[in-house]
Amino acid sequence: MAGGGGNDVQWCFSQVKGAIDDDVAEADIISTVEFNHSGELLATGDKGGRVVIFQQEPENKSQPQCRGEYNVYSTFQSHEPEFDYLKSLEIEEKINKIRWLPQKNAAQFLLSTNDKTIKLWKISERDKRPEGYNLKEEDGRYRDPTTVTTLRVPVFRPMDLMVEASPRRVFANAHTYHINSISVNSDYETYLSADDLRVNLWHLEITDRSFNIVDIKPANMEELTEVITAAEFHPNQCNTFVYSSSKGTIRLCDMRASALCDKHSKLFEEPEDPSNRSFFSEIISSISDVKFSHNGRYMMTRDYLSVKIWDLNMESRPVETYQVGEYLRSKLCSLYENDCIFDKFECCWNGNDSVVMTGSYNNFFRMFDRGQKKDVTLEASRESSKPRAVLKPRKVCGGGKRKKDEISVDSLDFNKKILHTAWHPQENIIAVATTNNLYIFQDKLN
Amino acid sequence: MINTMECAMDAQNLISISLRKIHNSRTQRGGIKLHKNLLVSYVLRNAKQLYMNEKYAEIYRMQQYEEVMTVCNEIQELNPLDLAEDIVEASGDCCSHGAGSPLIMEPASVCCALPASNHPAHTPHQQQQLQATAACSAAGLALQSEEVCKETNSAFFRSCCAEAYPVTDCDFSSLSAVHCNKTTVLDLDTHVVTTVESGYLHQDCCAVQCQGAQAPAKKRKFDFGCYAAESEDVPDFTPCKRARFEDFYCPHSEQLDTSNISNLISIFGSGFTGLVSRQADSELSLNGQFCSKQTLASLGAWTRAIVAF
Repeated sequence: MAGGGGNDVQWCFSQVKGAIDDDVAEADIISTVEFNHSGELLATGDKGGRVVIFQQEPENKSQPQCRGEYNVYSTFQSHEPEFDYLKSLEIEEKINKIRWLPQKNAAQFLLSTNDKTIKLWKISERDKRPEGYNLKEEDGRYRDPTTVTTLRVPVFRPMDLMVEASPRRVFANAHTYHINSISVNSDYETYLSADDLRVNLWHLEITDRSFNIVDIKPANMEELTEVITAAEFHPNQCNTFVYSSSKGTIRLCDMRASALCDKHSKLFEEPEDPSNRSFFSEIISSISDVKFSHNGRYMMTRDYLSVKIWDLNMESRPVETYQVGEYLRSKLCSLYENDCIFDKFECCWNGNDSVVMTGSYNNFFRMFDRGQKKDVTLEASRESSKPRAVLKPRKVCGGGKRKKDEISVDSLDFNKKILHTAWHPQENIIAVATTNNLYIFQDKLN
Repeated sequence: MINTMECAMDAQNLISISLRKIHNSRTQRGGIKLHKNLLVSYVLRNAKQLYMNEKYAEIYRMQQYEEVMTVCNEIQELNPLDLAEDIVEASGDCCSHGAGSPLIMEPASVCCALPASNHPAHTPHQQQQLQATAACSAAGLALQSEEVCKETNSAFFRSCCAEAYPVTDCDFSSLSAVHCNKTTVLDLDTHVVTTVESGYLHQDCCAVQCQGAQAPAKKRKFDFGCYAAESEDVPDFTPCKRARFEDFYCPHSEQLDTSNISNLISIFGSGFTGLVSRQADSELSLNGQFCSKQTLASLGAWTRAIVAF
């Protein structure tokens, strides 16, 4: 069972996936990471529109201390680049989000989306094939019926495991703006998709229509002041969802209240500290990710400098705030110039909601133990990629005298960023995506 | 009030960087990102507010300075025996106003300092005092106006301030009325800056009226570009750095940097408003065609692309 993070758990390197060389092809840049509900499968999406699924090997009975490794299970091209001829715009194939559906039968299902189109993929295994057809040769060519002299019953024979991915549904043409989120409802029948100005509700079986449940597009676009940045269904209440905005607010909506949920049920907003006001206040307050806790009591938001935990029963302010990189505040000008200030960091909960994790620059990622009020900064790097090597905590020095083993904020590599992280739903296994590599770490088992 | 101390970049640089980002977003793969452009427009707005505050503070300081110089010159022409009486009267008038009008207190402080020297030129110290007080009062005026426009509640909720931006503009309505008939537009496609002044159209690139001509410059009190020369005389005043607008303006019109920027800022009226193209009443002509009414060039394909959503 997942325990606390922070100082109690020692994190060890387990695996790294992806190319070793420093020359990163843009198509290989990882754009999303997601464990399935059991944690057995780990899916990644990249800028090239591909989905790669890793499967955890069963635990070795002779070595119960070691958890199974994740190996490639399936790779497929989910989305292709498209062109909108009406608007003369190219639609990127980059996978923005992947969300797994709960498993109902032998096959696995996931939703993947780019800027405009959501697809439902079925991933199924085939480990036997029928042999002994009367009218077909083994290679598939048809036999002349007149040459058939005897009849036999085809039988299934084992074959090498083949994993097939097939698109079962394509949900298209429902979004004018760029899709940033998808979220499967706890009823396992519907899901939502959100773009900059609208949230749509879909039924998994129906592709030719969706219901618009939130629309914040103003009548006059000149009056636009905020956009939707993320949306998620409540993990237990199928009528409840939240969406975050670029203004740093989160709105909780109840679909029972009305068909169109433009009027929120709750508005979560923290007043701005006037002493921190700067040119970039609006940018750094924009929420890049929102995630419910597994128990549904809390939600977590990530803005540029911090992670905040909100109690759903208290709208006035977050119950916990964790500074991810306060040292960046003095660098906002240069981060604006090099566009890093627009980076959208994600965040995630561990299995029992006691620890939260998020990424940062220089391939650092941070974990905050809510119970013990401790935090740790770790690094995903090739240098510390020896099997079962324990990760050494890192520290960034914001200013003043730099201590030994500390890294100065000026030395940080802002091209190396960890935007996407995922935590195994039950175990202390984490997946951390650098630009084009996927690192898997797990806690040290004694 | 925006804390600019943390930022080495000044408002003009930020504006030019932001404009460049918006321009580059046109050619980005995947289309224009609404979210990013909205955030950039906020930075533009903030930079513009600071820039305008500074500019109006500068104008106010120059106004004060000119008024004081006028008074000093008049005093110089008077009989020295009458000088003492005038000063006593003037300081009495000035200082009789209450604390609620800090702007009027300024001449008093200068008037009272005058007996120390009959020199027409202020000493640097007096200049500093003048500018400091004028700057403070102008900034205070701007600040007061801004705060009036905000929520009276001390907590500042971003979500409630959707309309804060247009309200802030009202602070300067009296001052901007002086040159409200002049609008300069930048065509990002051809990189030509064009000015529409009271219905007349001409290109700024070839404008020589501001180049090196001090006399005509002084007549146009609110032409920001012409303060560049005067500001150099003032040791304590930090001149606005000229933005490096290499991509966006004609190389031989360096003097017009500041005026271009201030007018470009006027394009970006309120937050996102400025990014959305206003319907041009007529196409701009590059050879100085007359227009019957004020026109704004469409802000290029990038704004059309935004509106195309």
